[in-house]
Amino acid sequence: MISAFFIYNQKGEVLISRLYRQDLKRSIADIFRIQVISNTDVRSPIITLGSTSFFHVRHENLYIVALTKWNANAALIFEFCYRVINVGRSYFGKFDEEAVKANFVLIYELLDEVLDFGYPQNSEADTLKMYITTESVKSERAVMEDSAKITIQATGATSWRRSDVKYRKNEAFIDVIESVNLLLSAQGNVLRADVAGQIMMRAYLSGTPECKFGLNDKVLLEKDPSNRRKTSNTVEIDDCQFHQCVKLGKFDSDRTISFIPPDGEFELMRYRTSDNINLPFKVHPVVTEIGKSKIEYRILVKANFSPKLYANNVVLNIPTPLNTAGVTCTATSGKAKYVPAENSIIWKIPRFQGQSEFTLTAEANLTAMTHKKAWSRPPISMDFQVLMFTSSGLLVRFLKVFEKNNYQSVKWVRYMTKAGNYQVRF
Amino acid sequence: MADFLRQNAGRFFANNKKGENAELLADLNSEYRDRRKDAVKRVIANMTVGKDVSSLFPQVVKNMQTEDLEMKKLVYLYLMNYAKSNPDLVILAVNTFVKDTDHVNPLIRALAIRTMGCIRVDKILDHICEPLRKCLQDDNPYVRKTAAIGVAKLWDLDQERALENGFVTVLQDLVSDSNPMVVANAVTALAEMQESSVSKDVFVVNVAIMNKMLAALNECTEWGQIAILTSLADYRPLDSKEAENVCERVIPRLQHANGSVVLSAIRVLMIFMRYIKSEDFIKGMIKKMSPPLVSLLASAPEVQYVSLRNINLILQKRPDILQNDVRVFFCKYNDPPYVKREKLEIIIKLCNDKNIEQILSELKEYASEVDVEFVRKAVRAIGRCAIMIDEASERCVNVLLDLINTKVNYVVQEAIIVIKDIFRKYPKRYEAIIPTLCQNLDSLDEPEAKGSLIWIIGEYAERIENADELIENFLETFLEENSQVQLQLLTATVKLFLKKPAQSQEIVHRVLQTATNEIDNPDTRDRAYVYWRLLSTDPQAAKAVVLSDKPPISVETRTISPALMDELINNISTLASVYHKPPKAFMGNRAFSADAVKTAAAADARDEEQIIGDAVLDASGAPAPKNVMTDLLDLDFGSSEPAYTSPPVSSSKPASNNGPNYSADLFDMSSDMSGSSSSVFGGMGGMGGMGGMQQQQTQHQQQAPPPARNDPFGDLGGLGGFGQPPQQQQQQPTKPTQSSAENDLLGLF
Repeated sequence: MISAFFIYNQKGEVLISRLYRQDLKRSIADIFRIQVISNTDVRSPIITLGSTSFFHVRHENLYIVALTKWNANAALIFEFCYRVINVGRSYFGKFDEEAVKANFVLIYELLDEVLDFGYPQNSEADTLKMYITTESVKSERAVMEDSAKITIQATGATSWRRSDVKYRKNEAFIDVIESVNLLLSAQGNVLRADVAGQIMMRAYLSGTPECKFGLNDKVLLEKDPSNRRKTSNTVEIDDCQFHQCVKLGKFDSDRTISFIPPDGEFELMRYRTSDNINLPFKVHPVVTEIGKSKIEYRILVKANFSPKLYANNVVLNIPTPLNTAGVTCTATSGKAKYVPAENSIIWKIPRFQGQSEFTLTAEANLTAMTHKKAWSRPPISMDFQVLMFTSSGLLVRFLKVFEKNNYQSVKWVRYMTKAGNYQVRF
Repeated sequence: MADFLRQNAGRFFANNKKGENAELLADLNSEYRDRRKDAVKRVIANMTVGKDVSSLFPQVVKNMQTEDLEMKKLVYLYLMNYAKSNPDLVILAVNTFVKDTDHVNPLIRALAIRTMGCIRVDKILDHICEPLRKCLQDDNPYVRKTAAIGVAKLWDLDQERALENGFVTVLQDLVSDSNPMVVANAVTALAEMQESSVSKDVFVVNVAIMNKMLAALNECTEWGQIAILTSLADYRPLDSKEAENVCERVIPRLQHANGSVVLSAIRVLMIFMRYIKSEDFIKGMIKKMSPPLVSLLASAPEVQYVSLRNINLILQKRPDILQNDVRVFFCKYNDPPYVKREKLEIIIKLCNDKNIEQILSELKEYASEVDVEFVRKAVRAIGRCAIMIDEASERCVNVLLDLINTKVNYVVQEAIIVIKDIFRKYPKRYEAIIPTLCQNLDSLDEPEAKGSLIWIIGEYAERIENADELIENFLETFLEENSQVQLQLLTATVKLFLKKPAQSQEIVHRVLQTATNEIDNPDTRDRAYVYWRLLSTDPQAAKAVVLSDKPPISVETRTISPALMDELINNISTLASVYHKPPKAFMGNRAFSADAVKTAAAADARDEEQIIGDAVLDASGAPAPKNVMTDLLDLDFGSSEPAYTSPPVSSSKPASNNGPNYSADLFDMSSDMSGSSSSVFGGMGGMGGMGGMQQQQTQHQQQAPPPARNDPFGDLGGLGGFGQPPQQQQQQPTKPTQSSAENDLLGLF
């Protein structure tokens, strides 16, 4: 349970303060300012002073702070702080000092609703929007009539969806977005390669649709003997999490994903795989330090996917030592440039065809330094997007929609692979 | 409306003039609705920034009776804050509240009952019971779920009244409500009431209640699921079969997107696992728990931090989990420092002879980062690997040598500290690297690193050709050194003398002279006297004491006692599991006096860092359990006194056996000694005073856990224990630290 909730700006001024319990005083806000905001060396997001524990999360130029005097559920408090940020973003577009100041009345209303006596209540932005609105005067009438319905729905089994949604054209869009994480050692060994996937759905479906969703999930497909022959094309999912609309019991028993979606955009599931990852790019760096005044770079990048596909916005960030005076570089494609503020060479390749390869050669001149501290060689990091490609090989097999009106619905699927933490040591 | 707000937003906060309250007063009494609302908003803004607007109470409350929901909420917010300062005026509001609980709009009914519960004034108690009873039976689930929490609010104010009115029974009935959210809130309220109740019979989870909760589990919101899982954890299954059934119902929660639901489910599983007899079932559970634990590492850094602390705990309880997943704990370059620190801890816990190669190259990578504290931890981790895995020690030493060659000051110092421990674990195996270490003499400026190198020189004096020169080199600044370094120098010089008497007679004489005449620190001075007497009465005995074999050191990866472990498992995902301390240690005012908390916290801080970190600390004389110092002195006297009848105590004897008897003897010794040198006695007196120092330090430790490393007082505190009555020692808890710490102290000789 949360005893109090505060929002501060970067200077440590209190923008929002809401006490839920009587076990602490408003002046406790000053203690956080002194101990955390004006302290330059804060080494933990949880700080306990006396018997009060402060949990803080930084977002934009705000400190979101929850206090408790109990042995509270720490994970819950942080998840809740992030939920407040999400609700704020959903209401105001951006959740920063300006937004908080401009909407402080509404934020107090929301805080009154999402936390009662320090216990989190319904915190789904979509549901909250039904009865906590910015235009209270206008909707007053409507709220009076609907509130009975709204409240039943806000507490019910499908608290995330209104029942009276209607669309002329029923459509559902699925985006499979994969972030590839790679850590390559200086010797070229893969230290870590995994994919964090996200399946986003935009559902514009009328009524209360029951959806069934199928992937080329290895566990599911191998269970069914009739599929045994074509199991080569499956993906082994290490773990997945679902939006609260998905029936977890059902997934646990027979691995089917069935749900009644919220209206509009939401994250249906997240998953993780580490088996048989297709790395979209290979990077071979050769970096030689010549004496104390020069470093030579030769970086080769190769695209490892089908030549029919393209990668967009490929950016390599190649670190240089702090005492770099200047860099001369040439690239076989794209533009490379030394950016002193970031201590690195930024190499941008706007369009990168599959199976092609490019090289960057560069020479960094170093100024003499009095103390000979070795260069820590931070890893080369890479950013890219490849459309219609999944590193894990994951495919959407079907999305079925069942609704009592039996309408036709159109479904669209898109795939994208982007760089997560794509790092190469050298 | 929204635009209007935005335009005026700056004004609400900016208006800081003096006569503002008067202006607000006028506006609150205005005949125009918009103006009044605007004024209420300004009042709330003032309240937020901490200005006292309680004087406006009657005017604000007057605006309560309105159909404008937003306005009503603002007035309620004001009421909750200032009701306490104007208890007599609250009565003005009661009427509106009661009326609102009968409103047709369920949102207003719920709002009224929610707010009433937050107004903690006795007067309101007389009026809340009837509306609350009505709301608990409301048709609308939203009102019921709000009223359920309302009972907890009333309970918090007046338990008697809540019982008299039968609210507890109503709440217990709500656990079987048809609406999942009502169930969740009823469970939440009951659980809180149970904790503070005297009779402890408000909410006892039995089979029937458990089944109702399990049924609601699938349907309620994520927060409701956590509430139910938390209460479920209090249930004790009757047999193994029942435990298995509950686990099967809880396992699907591991797939939830909310990390706190996952951790709460893991808590239930870990607790129920104790009751399950089937090994296969447990294996299956462990297998299902691993992937979600790994997935938690993809959440926000703060949630990751909580998860990592819990994984650390679970790993100590169930070392078989996550065996093949060490790679996911490798740090990312941009992880926040607190996440990196915890990942490092877990990497070491997962280290075995199969993955050591991988881990070592990873640790070496960390040692070249910029965050000094993290780099130091990484270097220490390499040492821990060396001590844990015999076969890998050589590779570890090579990595450490590579690091020493980087010449980065703090890396070199840390590496030397670590190497000293490797020397102690594997004596006579890696002497060849001593010259490399000695090349770095000049870069050492931290007492601990200096102390470590001096220890190495003393220990291997016979193999280092110019040992006397090296010691001499250090001795130039003897008087300016930290007491920790002085002690090490003293010991090293004595060792040098015992090994190479011819070369170093002059040095040892000079050192003992300086230490006894010119140093005010009683600790150093007394050590010098002890050596002097030893050397002059019986050099053979001195040899036996100072050059005896050192007991080996070891690394403890499980640092938490089984009892504490069970308590922490019961508290997975809570603050207790983050701190690895029992809840009472930081919830001071609830059950424990401040002193008890301090002691507990200090003890735990010690628990935590007790691996090699501590081994190192103690070896250089930093804070160690009190009895260690006493044992140490025991040894000294035991062998220096030929008349002593018991078998000669050599350092290889497990020191934990030296109970109170020895220290009693010790007392005799010291009075005996005072005859020969009166200043010794004075010194002892001084040490008694040092006991207080440790007290201070304990406090210090509580606030900033293991900083103790360079603390010169630790040493004195340790000796302070010596001055205390012998009974003290029996009270020393037998902790796993003991053995390693004792061994370390022996290293001083």
